[in-house]
Amino acid sequence: MIQTFAFYLFAILVIASGTLTILARNPVHSVLWLIVSFFNAAGLMVLVGAEFIAMLLVIVYVGAVAVLFLFVVMMLNIDFAELRAGFMKNFPLGIAIALVLLAELILGIGAYRAGALKLGTPDGTAAPMVGQSNIENIGALLYSEYLFLFETAGLILLVAMLGAIVLTHRERATAHRGHQNISKQVRRRPEDATVNTSPEVGKGVSL
Amino acid sequence: MDYGYSLYLTGPEVFLSVSGLVLTLIAAWGGRNAGRLCTILAVAALFGASAITASQILGDTSVQGAEAFGGLYRMDAFGGLAKLLIYLASIGCLIVTPRFFAKGSEYRPEYPLLMVFGSVGMGMMVSAVDLMTLYIGLELSSLSSYVLASFMRSDDRSAEAGLKYFVLGALASGILLYGMSLVYGFSGSTSYGSIRAAFDGTLGTGALFGVIFVLAGLAFKISAVPFHMWTPDVYEGAPTPVTTFFATAPKVAAIAMTARIALDAFGNQVPAWQQIVIFAALASIVIGALGAIGQSNVKRLLAYSSINNVGFILIGLAAATTAGVSAMLVYLAIYVAMSLGSFVAVLMMRDANGDQVESIANMAGLSRSNPLLALCLAAMMLSLAGIPPLFGFWGKFVVFQAAVQADLVVLAAIGIAASVIGAFYYLKIVKIMYFDEPANVVVGKSEFSHWAVLGLCALVVSPLGYLLTIPLGMAANRAAQALFFTV
Repeated sequence: MIQTFAFYLFAILVIASGTLTILARNPVHSVLWLIVSFFNAAGLMVLVGAEFIAMLLVIVYVGAVAVLFLFVVMMLNIDFAELRAGFMKNFPLGIAIALVLLAELILGIGAYRAGALKLGTPDGTAAPMVGQSNIENIGALLYSEYLFLFETAGLILLVAMLGAIVLTHRERATAHRGHQNISKQVRRRPEDATVNTSPEVGKGVSL
Repeated sequence: MDYGYSLYLTGPEVFLSVSGLVLTLIAAWGGRNAGRLCTILAVAALFGASAITASQILGDTSVQGAEAFGGLYRMDAFGGLAKLLIYLASIGCLIVTPRFFAKGSEYRPEYPLLMVFGSVGMGMMVSAVDLMTLYIGLELSSLSSYVLASFMRSDDRSAEAGLKYFVLGALASGILLYGMSLVYGFSGSTSYGSIRAAFDGTLGTGALFGVIFVLAGLAFKISAVPFHMWTPDVYEGAPTPVTTFFATAPKVAAIAMTARIALDAFGNQVPAWQQIVIFAALASIVIGALGAIGQSNVKRLLAYSSINNVGFILIGLAAATTAGVSAMLVYLAIYVAMSLGSFVAVLMMRDANGDQVESIANMAGLSRSNPLLALCLAAMMLSLAGIPPLFGFWGKFVVFQAAVQADLVVLAAIGIAASVIGAFYYLKIVKIMYFDEPANVVVGKSEFSHWAVLGLCALVVSPLGYLLTIPLGMAANRAAQALFFTV
């Protein structure tokens, strides 16, 4: 009973917030609605027992991707009039792409109905293990069977990091000017910084 | 799963990865000055990996092959030969690099690092027998390539080349992944062996879609027509040593990977992909030849020449026989020598200020100002055109022979006819160097390292190269047998 109730709650909220993502006039609101729909989709994933995907949705999509979207949208300063300007010109292209996507969708559903998707083997070797959580299973596979690929994926990230550094890091000649020198600040004594003067009445001091 | 044995089989990759990590530390602490040291160490690491690969190929089991990490990776003579070519080409490219950057002082130790990590990725691509290994290897090598293309970040053209390559490469990866997901969905597995078993008999529409999308994604990586548009721009914009690299090592990797996936994973569906490969081969030969005619920049011309050569290589694959794969590998080896030689010769052309000369018109009269360089470049051009006494002819000969044996007579005939068009622009360069009024632009001196690489390539390409036909043919035959061993 409670599951059914939770399912309908999450499902309705996913659809509603998804619709609002498209309909919202303000792109910042769109992204916020997107985050709401991610949260509810995570709830749906928990309901079907895929707790790992639920966590990924919240951590990766909400935590990183959507917040990144939000920053980008906030920085872009979108001009709506300009955005709508090319609508009629690109309309045929848009329709063509939509038709292709529709054909793919029909093809996919047809293929699914024909029973072509075989998830797991009949003898159960690739079927999920009973009595262990998804996370334990995924971890066991990642660090045993797919160790080679997992480590190489690490190398890809290293290359990405190296690339980002190579392409953006520059040693500026003025690098030292704007930087804080903490030891110099700590070494500074009151004698160095203040000076006592007794100026005559009506005259200033030269500092 | 025996991890020790798996690590032994993946030896070249493991060795290169560890060397790459050590080099990263040296680069991090050595700063800018570590550039030369890192280059030398990277060359040493690549030589080490070549030695490991060579010892693996010479082993008795290299034809049967052996699978590592539960069928993700396969060590055999095919992958081994491709890897040897990749490592040797990378070494050649690395040796000629530091001099290029010497003037602008933009050479940083990350350059050899990215080459080493790229080589790890390319090694994985050619040894992959699982779609996931293939994709991860491909991304590793592509990411390094994107960064290398825009390595001269103060140069607008280099930055443009990097961005263009990145955007189009990401699109191609997307197409490839889409195809892979369809293939996985309709076969139920990502391993080549299981896919081959599942794709038996008539292929469903969805699975056929998957095969086509996978091939389209791969065609982009080998810059075969109709997915070649990025090649001239990227080759022209990227720094010349990087272009040298792009035209050699990644091309070998992508072609070997395509051959393995086509003949292993889709080995039961040869008719499904054969016509695609035949079309790509013919279109590449014709468009590569026609596109090169109007070029005035020698790097752009060589880019079209590489598209043209990919067409000839694909003829070997289209035959889908042991002889075809063997011919393809022989052509690939000769192509690497020719391509490396031509680009190194281009690198050696400097004007009085030490700047690179890239305009073809400025090469006029090179035979008088630098006769040896002109001779080497002329040998490369005539060999690329397939003129008989040079070794380039042998590559074309074996490829066409394999195509005729596989009853693809029409394909071979059109290929031969189109190679005549290609001969035009190669001969045009020879004519400009030898018979035009000297422009006296190319006057700069070259380092010994450049001469060493160019001399070696020129020796392979020269008629002396025919001494290599027997060992190269044997190695290629073993490799082709290894590829067909599982089929």
